[in-house]
Amino acid sequence: MDRQQEIDLARAVLGGDTAAFDQFVELYRTKIFQYSYLMCGQREDAEEVSQDTLLKVFENLNQLREPERMKAWVFRIAKNACLMKRRRSIFAPKYELSLEDLMPPGEWHDGERRLEIADWKNLPDAEYLAREMSGALRKAIAELPEIYRSVVLLRDLEEMTTEEAAEILDLSIDAVKTRLHRGRLAIRKKLDDYLRTAERV
Amino acid sequence: MESQGHDALACSEVFELLSDYLDGSLAPEDCERVRRHIHDCAPCVEFLESLRQSVSLCREYGSIERPAPLSPDVRERLMELYRRATHQE
Ligand SMILES: [Zn+2]
Repeated sequence: MDRQQEIDLARAVLGGDTAAFDQFVELYRTKIFQYSYLMCGQREDAEEVSQDTLLKVFENLNQLREPERMKAWVFRIAKNACLMKRRRSIFAPKYELSLEDLMPPGEWHDGERRLEIADWKNLPDAEYLAREMSGALRKAIAELPEIYRSVVLLRDLEEMTTEEAAEILDLSIDAVKTRLHRGRLAIRKKLDDYLRTAERV
Repeated sequence: MESQGHDALACSEVFELLSDYLDGSLAPEDCERVRRHIHDCAPCVEFLESLRQSVSLCREYGSIERPAPLSPDVRERLMELYRRATHQE
């Protein structure tokens, strides 16, 4: 479902269209489950978060007017529900990722030489590969420190805008951008390690 | 590279801007500087491609995990709240 379809669905739901209700519930149940599974780390917690979030969404539905804001509004509720859960679970270690550590080894200045990274140019298409590598991908995301993980989930998995992510996470635009870049680089590095191991096998 | 003049970017500076470059969120002049650097720099091209692919994988991952089916009780409760919120009771 693309962005416009999400907005149309939100508009239908806000307008009281009960036919849109089930589609909306399924869509957001899945989205929130996925977000909270990767944030909390436990399937049961994620099931609870997605259920609690939807209850809150429908309890407070009349507070929302603009369908364009629906997704960010729902995710803000989900984020808070996740935080409540995480108080009771084990926190991922908090540490900052440095750009230096995320630069791959190899020769950067001589155009003749290759970096010491996997061959990313000849991969199968992303949809196939994401399925094939889902374990490695999940691990790469789950191992990110939380402050980067939340941004990557909203920006890249949910494809929300920088502004929406900033609003949901109470961050500045610049903080979202910085964290996204570091998070992406860290995932890239882990997938690179995975691909290189796969190449050798 | 020297020939590009004083505003030429180093690889490490380009490295810092690659997400914004991919997202099209750089100011036009910065975008142009990155583009100029990348034009002549094979390692940066290769690295950018790996980052672009990695980001696409994350986008595709979005549809893999599924929650357990919704229980009829919960659906009923949600519907009740929905009807109330939209004045349909
Ligand atoms: Zn370079």
